[in-house]
Amino acid sequence: MDIVTIVQILDSTLRLATPLLFACLAGIISERAGIFDIGLEGKLLIAAFFSAAYAHYSGSAWIGLGAGVLASVVFSLFHGIASITFRGNQLISGVAINFLASGMTVVIAQSWFRQGGRTPSLTGDQRFPSLDLPGAEAVQGVPVIGQIYGEILTDHGILVYVGLLCVPLTWYVLYRTRFGLRLRAVGENPAAVDTAGVSVVRMRYAAIVIAGVLCGIGGAYLSTSLAAGFVREMSAGRGFIALAAMIFAKWRPWQGLGAVLLFGMLEAIANRFPNLDLGFITLPSQFMTALPYILTVIILAGFVGKAIPPRAGGEPYVKER
Amino acid sequence: MSSKRMPKWADVLLVPILSLIIAFALSALVILAIGEDPVRAMRLMITGALGSTYGWGYTLYFTTNFLLTGLGVSIAFQARLFNIGGEGQALIGGLGVALVCLFIPWPHWSLAIIAAIAASAIFGAVWAAIPAYLQAKRGSHIVITTIMFNFIAFSLMNYMLSHVLRPPTSMDPATARFDNVLRLPRLHDILAPMGIDFSRAGPANVMLFVALLACVLAYFLMWRTRLGFEIRAFGKSEPAAHYAGISGVKIIMVAMLISGALSGMMAVNSVMGGPQRLVMNAVEGAGFIGIAVALMGRSHPIGIIAPALLFGFLFQGGSELALETTIPREMIIIIQALVIMFTGALDNMVRTPLETLFALMRRRT
Amino acid sequence: MVAEVTGGAAAKAAPAIELRGISKAFGPVQANKDINIKVNKGTIHGIIGENGAGKSTMMSILYGFYKADSGEILIDGKPTQITDSQAAISAGIGMVFQHFKLVENFTVLENVILGAEDSERLMPSLNRARKLLTELAAEYELNVDPDALIETLSVGHQQRVEILKALYREANILILDEPTGVLTPAEADHLFRILRGLKEQGKTIILITHKLREIMDVTDEVSVMRRGEMVATVNTAETSPTELAELMVGRKVLLEVEKTPAKPGEVVLSARGLKVVDEFGVERLRSIDLDIRAGEILGVAGVAGNGQSALLEALAGMAAATGEVKMNGEPLDLTLKHSDAGTRRERGVSHVHEDRHRCGLILDFMAWENIAFGYHNAPEYNKNKLLMDNHAILEDAKGKFERFDVRPPNPMLTAESFSGGNQQKIVLAREIERNPDLLLVGQPTRGVDIGAIEFIHKQLIALRDQGKAILLVSVELDEILSLSDRIVVMFDGRIMGERDPETTNAQDLGLMMAGMTGDVA
Repeated sequence: MDIVTIVQILDSTLRLATPLLFACLAGIISERAGIFDIGLEGKLLIAAFFSAAYAHYSGSAWIGLGAGVLASVVFSLFHGIASITFRGNQLISGVAINFLASGMTVVIAQSWFRQGGRTPSLTGDQRFPSLDLPGAEAVQGVPVIGQIYGEILTDHGILVYVGLLCVPLTWYVLYRTRFGLRLRAVGENPAAVDTAGVSVVRMRYAAIVIAGVLCGIGGAYLSTSLAAGFVREMSAGRGFIALAAMIFAKWRPWQGLGAVLLFGMLEAIANRFPNLDLGFITLPSQFMTALPYILTVIILAGFVGKAIPPRAGGEPYVKER
Repeated sequence: MSSKRMPKWADVLLVPILSLIIAFALSALVILAIGEDPVRAMRLMITGALGSTYGWGYTLYFTTNFLLTGLGVSIAFQARLFNIGGEGQALIGGLGVALVCLFIPWPHWSLAIIAAIAASAIFGAVWAAIPAYLQAKRGSHIVITTIMFNFIAFSLMNYMLSHVLRPPTSMDPATARFDNVLRLPRLHDILAPMGIDFSRAGPANVMLFVALLACVLAYFLMWRTRLGFEIRAFGKSEPAAHYAGISGVKIIMVAMLISGALSGMMAVNSVMGGPQRLVMNAVEGAGFIGIAVALMGRSHPIGIIAPALLFGFLFQGGSELALETTIPREMIIIIQALVIMFTGALDNMVRTPLETLFALMRRRT
Repeated sequence: MVAEVTGGAAAKAAPAIELRGISKAFGPVQANKDINIKVNKGTIHGIIGENGAGKSTMMSILYGFYKADSGEILIDGKPTQITDSQAAISAGIGMVFQHFKLVENFTVLENVILGAEDSERLMPSLNRARKLLTELAAEYELNVDPDALIETLSVGHQQRVEILKALYREANILILDEPTGVLTPAEADHLFRILRGLKEQGKTIILITHKLREIMDVTDEVSVMRRGEMVATVNTAETSPTELAELMVGRKVLLEVEKTPAKPGEVVLSARGLKVVDEFGVERLRSIDLDIRAGEILGVAGVAGNGQSALLEALAGMAAATGEVKMNGEPLDLTLKHSDAGTRRERGVSHVHEDRHRCGLILDFMAWENIAFGYHNAPEYNKNKLLMDNHAILEDAKGKFERFDVRPPNPMLTAESFSGGNQQKIVLAREIERNPDLLLVGQPTRGVDIGAIEFIHKQLIALRDQGKAILLVSVELDEILSLSDRIVVMFDGRIMGERDPETTNAQDLGLMMAGMTGDVA
């Protein structure tokens, strides 16, 4: 593999990791507050559709983003009503949300655009333009730095950089603020938070709304930045890969970034080399596609460190003495 | 909890039915919102799915799929295991069916079906066995692992169909057609000797009876055998099962193997009974619909029959709808999602007002 | 501000807390009936009552967990609405729950400030809390390492964190719910020193307990609850344990159980060097030697959490153990790899688990199914290799219900629908009628009403008189003293010594339970 290919793969790694990153951070926030969220996939999908649809109608990617975030937050609230207010099964609610998104996107897309469940292709301002980092042009000749800064890091849609900024932000909020302390506490022992006079319900709703916003941005990125428009099932399991990344990262933001970059790179390699010839064996692209899932199973099996989720995760909170 | 405040019949019948009504009402709103007429849509679905033996032939064909996947999910639910992997297990089960049908020259369908059932069950069970083992021995969350195994199954089947089993002359990622000897008798063939005229086209076949038999056998398993007693006990309380000397590892493994085997068996219907070859989307989401069916049927082997039929109707009616209106067949995924939501997650929303109602009535009398 | 008000019932200022006519019902159960109580400022006020007397409901109302159906709460003489925990905290109430409300993988500091942070940024609060903790540690013997994770602290220290949480929130009224249940006597004494110190600073303390000794030792006044009602409030100095006990139970307590002297026979079970290490690597049992003979009840006394549960579970085949255990002279496989609770039952060991809700019963199952639970492989419950004989189980259940006087006598109800006492009778019927050589019994009368207690005690004695061996674990000293033929005391996973119930007394046992004396075996 030559340098150019590696740079291309790393460049596309960053693009492909971005939707995973948003969903992964969403998962971290939600599960840290004790709400299992296997509906990340559905939220990415519904946000991708509404972003593309409204970007098309309004001609602005930003309005599309707003619509996508709103749709994703509404889905988060469904999840909240089921799993927080009515103390339902969070896993089942997540499954339902995924199907709801899967069905709704196609039904509405068909009704609005009559193009077999897709939106029209987005052009110009309907998509997020690429952003040139300052000085990227200038360093292009410099070895290593030129490649990293001048080629890999620069020239992405703005949401890529938003995603990268969300990592330290999430870390700061979780570990250095009152909100983060309460959020983590609510996922570990909600009774402690409740008896300390803080509303468990409100904390958990706050967490899932944030998760909804993050998924919404991730979904908007999918259809208005990574691709040019919505096609059916375009989230293509990314919500689940993000879930995998979250477990991989043991519910920590920086490690989450590492995990999504790894999974993004696998996807980039699979795209670049449909059949990866390693000399002694040729790996079909299907293997590369399956690899994140296989890795997650290995992690879950505890062969590489134990993944211990927040202790109150998945349990609806019921007041008791 | 529930039995104390509400009579059992209300819990078993009223709650799912009310949930269904809410799900239907919301779906009607969606249909209205996209500018179609829900009443007309319902009428179209009913005539399309139930108005002719042709429609029934398809409705019952889909019902067969959902009976088996629904039963699979139910058995796992009884052991308090949420097996979301029915889809993957059915896909891999399809591989078993295809191998049996493609590479063994069967003299008669009746022998082939037995081998196909066995192969699909084994393949499905093996696919469920790994997540089960990881849950039992290493405590890996089975919901996550079975989701992961669905995706791994997709990739594996994608590879098998595009690289290994695809006939060299074909571009389609699918196997060759099976020998015509292997065509399973359809309801037309079964009912004709009795003088009942049934559409030749509907793919419902002998597997319908196999699926119904599986429900009855599962009922006996759960409520008449020691294994069923142990599965139910483990599902209700793990520490209590440990106290009673019931091995958690054994129950998780056995329940998941049965669950995977049942989901896998669904492929006999959808591969041998349907297109007679293995195609990429042979399962068509039936593994997931099994979740809705199991939730509505309260994970009871007999209780799931009615919801399976309901979803068979929706599935067939949905395709008719797509032909006649602008409502795509994905509409039924919305209904499926709403049913899962209301019977599975928003259960309390439906239950609490009902309980209050019953409490009021009791006070009156 | 309350410093000038000193202890005693004669305090003239408005009471710190006054409840007027508080009632609360859960469905048909009247948990609190017209409760009236005044707690004077700067005093330690005890509230005593049996399990289910309504103490906890009343405290939950005070802390805003439940809303009272009627009545009012006055704090410092002012009517106060306590709608949630936040309102209780604002009113100056701090609560130390029986089960601590701490985040296990947070530090002490983080737990202390949780919910009472000064600003969105954590740092200032953490610094302020650190300073305050140092001050409080010096003032009240409340020392805890502020940076330690809760999960690394002992129970006694965790309790101090709970008290610190309340003080950080500037609580004037501190409510402690059964605070000594999990403490050794030494830890309990330390706690009482802390409480007296707080009282001297003008804090008001409410101590909920069912232990008479603590009431007598530390309180100024005591209120007695019985069946949801407040039956009396008296000056501690003017009452006696006997009087309080009578008030609590409502009639003369029959502490003595009628029984003839034991006729011990062969050794049924003998354990040598029995050890249990739990999943976290903590040694729960540190080399226990034990013999239990036919026809005797061996009582195991001790503060909860000193290895009694591990002992029961190791013998019952629920926890893996090492060492040597012989049952009727034949060695038992202790590994759990080839043996479990089921195989132990086949060897003649029956087990009444100390937690019938979690383990002893499947609450969602019908009562008749519970009768077969654990013995579902027994030939009489099965038609053949495949099918169970549900009819036979039901018939057997009916008989057992009659013989053990289970009410209502309907095995078709779910186990959940029976009262605590009747649930326990279902478990006992199942285990005793198996005719085991050895019966393991944990907390046989926990959460059981008085009538059922007598019945259960009689059944245990009767089983002993049939020549069976019984290992009885209980945290109720009275129960141990009145039922046992021999008593061993456990502390910190060890047996501290053996006593004859005829010659020992509660003080003697209490010292051993604290790990202080005894002839270490």
